[in-house]
Amino acid sequence: MAEDTNRSLYYEFVKGLWEENPIFRMLLGMCPTLAVTNSAVNGLAMGLATTFVLTCSSVMVSLVRKIVPSQVRLATFIVIIATFVTIADYFLKAFFPPISKQLGPYVPLIVVNCVILGRAEAFSSKNPISLSVADASGIGIGFTLALVSLGIVREILGNGSIFNISIFGEWFEPWIVMLLPAGAFITLGIMIGIINAFTIKKTGKGVCFGCSIGYKLQEKLVTAESMYLTPEELEAAKAKPEKKEKKKKEG
Amino acid sequence: MDILVIFIAAAIVNNFVLTYFLGICPFIGVSKRVDHAFSLGIATTFVMTMTAIITWLINHFILIKFNLPFLEYVSFIIVIASLVQLVEMFIRKVNPFLYRTLGIFLPLITTNCAVLGLALFAVLRDYSFIGTVVFGLGAGLGFTLAIVIMAGIREELDMADVPLPLQGAGITLITAGLLALSFMGFAGLITA
Repeated sequence: MAEDTNRSLYYEFVKGLWEENPIFRMLLGMCPTLAVTNSAVNGLAMGLATTFVLTCSSVMVSLVRKIVPSQVRLATFIVIIATFVTIADYFLKAFFPPISKQLGPYVPLIVVNCVILGRAEAFSSKNPISLSVADASGIGIGFTLALVSLGIVREILGNGSIFNISIFGEWFEPWIVMLLPAGAFITLGIMIGIINAFTIKKTGKGVCFGCSIGYKLQEKLVTAESMYLTPEELEAAKAKPEKKEKKKKEG
Repeated sequence: MDILVIFIAAAIVNNFVLTYFLGICPFIGVSKRVDHAFSLGIATTFVMTMTAIITWLINHFILIKFNLPFLEYVSFIIVIASLVQLVEMFIRKVNPFLYRTLGIFLPLITTNCAVLGLALFAVLRDYSFIGTVVFGLGAGLGFTLAIVIMAGIREELDMADVPLPLQGAGITLITAGLLALSFMGFAGLITA
């Protein structure tokens, strides 16, 4: 029995690192991912802040899961999350003022990070505390790893350094565009492409919006896309390209 | 004059989606068809303008007056959530046709980070009341502009022969990057 619990605890923790990595596999929480990864340090700080909020709020959500009526659960979750975000923000302001200044409004924006609300809704509102903590910390660390790796790539290309330590000599001409918004989009797009190329080879399945990978929420798969579209529209969106092709061929 | 500068800066030069990365989820999630993208953009613009008005009032008459800055995030997110609910009920009652068109997009605006981002930026930059309203309107229209352009490109992209690993998310992100590059051309239009 005890062994069984340990094993599933381990599984819930590990799955967040790669299999259900929120950024590379789920494409959730994109705003902070793109905005703060112009250096590895910023990515690390943002990842740790998000992990803190995610873990603490999953404990709270798991504690109150039997008391809160289902109609007001999302509002309750958001207030819990906002409280922990306030704590994290004031902590950063007090102990790491330069990082807090660099991250700016993106720390309070953790409130609307869909990874956290998604996890609260899909996992911690249905599971006991121990499992919720394992799941939340796994997802949080997976999120941090993704942010740091994106930050490292952009920092090397855009600034010639890792964690503010210069690794190239004087000759290196930095690609300023990598530090600008355009570089963030393109880097993440290419990284997802590379990861996809490997996973498709291995498992035959790739990552994309509305695909087979997503949070299982009330027996339905929840992906970034299905949060915004109804099932019928998802079907219509999937069916549309084929129709267009047919039309083109007929024409 | 200042008002005009705030408007153009929010809508084009410092476009919320393409320079601040706010509202990326709907930008990628709902940008498959131009008509959906436009409906979502207009609904978001409305909510953003209303949020700007109400959060300014709350910030100045409650939070600053009673010295409660630590309640900023909690109160703002509650305002946004209830505002979206109110707007939904109002539109359903007054104009059922519009409700059917916008229907599903309305509740999802709550988790659009552009709305909360707008309220936070307005506080950070200390805009006047009129300035905040114009900022909200400009940012909303900028969001609409970006998402409609993106949807237009993606409708064409459906026909293109994209390598398998890049299909879906990869090519969308790279397209967004190129769009952001082209919006960089506006930098320097206004120094604000």
